[in-house]
Amino acid sequence: MNLLSHSVLLSAEGGTHIPVVAPDTGAGGVFDLLWLVIALPLLGAVVLLAVAPLLQGSLKASADKHGHLVGTAAALASFVLSLVLFVALLGRDAESRQVGQHLWTWFETGSLSVGMDLLYDQLAALFLLLITGVGSLIHVYAIGYMEHDPRRRRFFGYLNLFVAAMLTLILSANFVGLFLGWEGVGLASYLLIGFWQHKHSAAAAAKKAFVINRVGDIGLSLAIALMFATFGTTDFGGVSELTGGADQGTLNALGLLLLLGACGKSAQVPLQAWLLDAMEGPTPVSALIHAATMVTAGVYLVVRSNFVFELAPVAQTAVVVVATVTLLWGAIIGCAKDDIKKALAGSTMSQIGYMMLAAGLGPVGYPFAIFHLLTHGFFKANMFLGAGSVMHGMDDDVDMRHYGALNKAMPVTFLTFAMGYLAIIGFPGFSGFWSKDRIIESALADNLLVGVLAMLGAGITGFYMTRLMLMTFFTPGPDGKGRWGKDVHPHESPKVMTVPLMVLAALSVLGGVLLVGDWIVTWLEPVTGTAEHHEPPLPAIVITLLITLVVATGVAAAWFLVGRREVSREAPADVSFATRAARADLYGDAINDAVVVGPGASLVGGLTTFDRVGVDGTIEGGSAAMGGLSRTLRRLQNGFVRSYALSLLAGALLVVLALLAVNLG
Amino acid sequence: MSQYVVLSAILFTIGCVGVLTRRNAIVVFMCVELMLNASNLAFVAFARQHGNLDGQITAFFVMVVAAAEVVIGLAIIMTIFRTRRSASVDDASLLKY
Amino acid sequence: MILTILILLPLVGALVTVFAPGALARLVGIAFAGATLLAGIVAATQYDVDGGMQLTETHAWIESLGVHYALGVDGLGILMVLLTVVLVPIVLLAGWRESEAEGNSGAKAFFAWTLALEAMSLAVFTATDVLLFYVVFEATLIPAYFLIGGFGRSGRGRAATKFLIYQLGGGLVMLASVIGLYVVSANTGNPSFLISDLAAIDIDPITQRWLFLGFFIAFAIKAPMFPVHTWLADTTEKATPGTSVLLVCILDKIGTFGMLRFCLGLLPEASQWATPVVVVLALISIIYGALVAIGQDDVLRLIGLTSLSHFGFIVLGIFVFSPTGSSGAILYMVNHGIATALMFLVAGYLIQRTGTASIREMGGVEKTAPVLAGFFLVAGLAACGLPGLSPFVSELMVIVAAFDHHWLVGSVAVLAIVLAAFYALWMYQRTMTGPGREGMAPVADLDRREVGIVAPLLLALVLFGFFPMPLLDVINPFVHDSLAGVGIGQEGGHQ
Repeated sequence: MNLLSHSVLLSAEGGTHIPVVAPDTGAGGVFDLLWLVIALPLLGAVVLLAVAPLLQGSLKASADKHGHLVGTAAALASFVLSLVLFVALLGRDAESRQVGQHLWTWFETGSLSVGMDLLYDQLAALFLLLITGVGSLIHVYAIGYMEHDPRRRRFFGYLNLFVAAMLTLILSANFVGLFLGWEGVGLASYLLIGFWQHKHSAAAAAKKAFVINRVGDIGLSLAIALMFATFGTTDFGGVSELTGGADQGTLNALGLLLLLGACGKSAQVPLQAWLLDAMEGPTPVSALIHAATMVTAGVYLVVRSNFVFELAPVAQTAVVVVATVTLLWGAIIGCAKDDIKKALAGSTMSQIGYMMLAAGLGPVGYPFAIFHLLTHGFFKANMFLGAGSVMHGMDDDVDMRHYGALNKAMPVTFLTFAMGYLAIIGFPGFSGFWSKDRIIESALADNLLVGVLAMLGAGITGFYMTRLMLMTFFTPGPDGKGRWGKDVHPHESPKVMTVPLMVLAALSVLGGVLLVGDWIVTWLEPVTGTAEHHEPPLPAIVITLLITLVVATGVAAAWFLVGRREVSREAPADVSFATRAARADLYGDAINDAVVVGPGASLVGGLTTFDRVGVDGTIEGGSAAMGGLSRTLRRLQNGFVRSYALSLLAGALLVVLALLAVNLG
Repeated sequence: MSQYVVLSAILFTIGCVGVLTRRNAIVVFMCVELMLNASNLAFVAFARQHGNLDGQITAFFVMVVAAAEVVIGLAIIMTIFRTRRSASVDDASLLKY
Repeated sequence: MILTILILLPLVGALVTVFAPGALARLVGIAFAGATLLAGIVAATQYDVDGGMQLTETHAWIESLGVHYALGVDGLGILMVLLTVVLVPIVLLAGWRESEAEGNSGAKAFFAWTLALEAMSLAVFTATDVLLFYVVFEATLIPAYFLIGGFGRSGRGRAATKFLIYQLGGGLVMLASVIGLYVVSANTGNPSFLISDLAAIDIDPITQRWLFLGFFIAFAIKAPMFPVHTWLADTTEKATPGTSVLLVCILDKIGTFGMLRFCLGLLPEASQWATPVVVVLALISIIYGALVAIGQDDVLRLIGLTSLSHFGFIVLGIFVFSPTGSSGAILYMVNHGIATALMFLVAGYLIQRTGTASIREMGGVEKTAPVLAGFFLVAGLAACGLPGLSPFVSELMVIVAAFDHHWLVGSVAVLAIVLAAFYALWMYQRTMTGPGREGMAPVADLDRREVGIVAPLLLALVLFGFFPMPLLDVINPFVHDSLAGVGIGQEGGHQ
């Protein structure tokens, strides 16, 4: 057991150090309970989804009635255990904070062996807290949100399944195990997006999300295959040891394949189209899966595979390009959406773009990618839940044009939402300020163009978030009240929903505390490695001021364009091309339809016909020809004995002639 | 020796032509018998030439088979004649495609 | 002896069932199927994973031709035997009432023919004499023909004939190769049909290729592979789901079983010679099967075509000649059996309830029948290789091995995971979700009996998804031995 794992460092060119993963599997103590973090929510899911439906009569009724408590308890227990583990990890030496656990050998054959192995290190620890912590809060919130849904038990079962799968993704010590969790969260996401599957749109959105994710999975599957082919293993430990000696073309290919996987899961261009549709799911799902945790798995994948990306410059550049495009893409979409959840989803896409951007910058950016991921997890979950609270009071209307002046009707929701808002636009002092600021700073140091574009993105963020905020909570209608219909009576949500909002709001404000004394950077360094810092082109304080200025411009623009005007109840139709494009998700679906769906449908249709007419037709045609031939030949069977006798004679003569020919010839 | 074989060939040909040209079932039948006997003759002749009994034995077999055939064949012809009032083989042509 | 008992039990069962009084026939049938299952388990307990070919029994049959009544199982055989004895009782239980539906030949006939088919299949999987294999290989067609022709939807007679002609055609080609093998062994002076004797002969490459062609064509039709697959879609569409399970999950395995036993085992050089073509055919099967499945409207036909894709994976795994690929392929054979059986049976329940097999005419089933929908979804997800369900492990192994063989092969094969997700989920979406058809009576959920029948399959999917090692422990030694015979060691995997 190599306790001094981090003394083993690979050196690449420049001052870059890539740590080798070498977990200590004999840690003992509380770390032996690592598996339980996953097992608890999994057990919850099994109880709620497999056991409960088998019950009969009153037992079943009570399971339906109290199932949500089981689900929430499982998530909370997992959270408590994560906390205990975190404290235990803090208690260990900085050098030995990689703990492993071998559960069982999953499959093994010939040269290939995959174990159910867990790896608990500094990176996983943070994720565990985020997933179980925010996850628990959302469980609690959902108790209120889903109160009137007859299938609430099942909803909580799915939520637990998701948490278990996400934890598997994070805790796995090899890429195959990661893939297990990866697909597990995909499945949970599928089930939850399509939770209200009696709606066609929900069922279609669920399928779309799964299928597009599967396109990304091609990348991940091939990456796994490539790792087996090149390194003979997919253990983080084994791969990180061997990447140093691998050839660069292979590593670049590996990096690009992993990036493809990450694009699918994290809704990065070009696999972004599913995320906005995914908003068909219940709002707690959007908060948990499509904002705080699952969609950030791609970022995790890139950061976790730092030992690949550090040595694969092409792939790393690709990450940066994809991230930059996505952060603008999402932001632009967010500007034009009137559906509050879709506006937030566009924002999520954009923020994940920031994380990806940081992850593409190498060891300089990794800690900030994770930092932004955490703060984003807080404030975006906060805002999604806030949006859910608004919808709860507005009879599930999602159109912001029907809102307005809700700050009075829903004071708690408004205040907590405002905290999230200030955090995301990067208001100085709030959590988002610290994380986004550092990312843009690093980007500027790396490449001026990327940095400027990231800064522009921050400005657009200021614009669309302010627009959302204004349209929802301010901008009253002509009568001084909101623009909602006659039968709608906005009201504040119950405590069970607002308390999680308050906790998340507090976290959104205070999340920056992780950066005190560069704690998170030091904490993650053993995982992500170190690299020489490039000096940014301007002093840090100037950059910060610049960013704040750009954001302020965006906010002001929103104030002039939205806040000071009357908001109509109907979306105006005579708008500029840019607005139309943004409303249509920048034609993402249209492109998919034109490039993939349309030709695919033609291909399927063509092949189906070909199968029937071409392949089967050949066979059936052959048999038909045979049938025709025999129909002709059977005419010989005419019933006249004497003609039979004649052919008999002819045949006999033929045989005799043949014999003669052979014998004489 | 060759006389026997020639006689056998002539008998066989007569039988053959009879089977092919005559319509009456009884005549056809007799022609078949003629052919069988022609082959019998050839068998016996060859047996004698070779000096063993194989041909003789085969001839007996043929006779037995021919006898059995006559029994069954005549019965069939009788039955057909009863139902159709005709012994022509061309009339019994229902067993076809 | 145990293997003979294993074969005789269902055979006797079939006869007894025929002569049993009507009311008792089904009970007698299921009792014999249960007894066979027990015998199979006994055989499994006697099996030693590192023992090579075992439980053997050899009796001379036609001495002058060197034909023997010879049985035995190795890692591949015992798994196929177990798959067969497990699936048959499930099929019988699932067909308990359905076989008596109007227009069908009645439960007695269904049970008897099923048992007869079981006996013949077990004989195929245990035969270690080529001629014996050939005889029982053809004999499976008799019960299969009557099962397809006697039960199911209208048009089944035609489907049964098509099935029979296809299979007989394949069998005929194989007969030529069987005779060829005999000639080869007779030329050595000691004619024998025993596989062990034949494997010891060094056959010259050109002869090998001809013999290989004969066997491969027969097994490709059986498996099936593109372009000789069209009997499969017609058959699964017209036959009852139970029959389809027997056909696709057991009988079709004979195709890939035979490829391993005869093509690889007896004709290794020719197999390697044919690899490029076979790999391309397998890839076409994978992609083509999935694409055509997407375009289907009939649930059963769709499921049948997905098997084309899956058999492509199995053949691909076999013909990339690596320990990982072969193990993956054999594991895939087992997993595919379980997953597709579940899919067919659940689809059967669905069709019983909705009265139609047309996807277009269904919808919204989930609302009133969540358990049915759940089973259907899990079966669909298994078909698209979701991790956590058993097909994933085998699919990954095959993909990894294919990638190792040539990166392009792996990259094409992997496309199937997207296509599979699409056909599985699109089918689920159109049948189960949505507001439901107007004027369609609400669909009743599965009752306890039905859940009890399919639940073991689902549990097996999950269990082997996380713990496939018990299976791999049986497969790996077999693969090691058989590849060592071909001259590929365990190290042959990667550089």
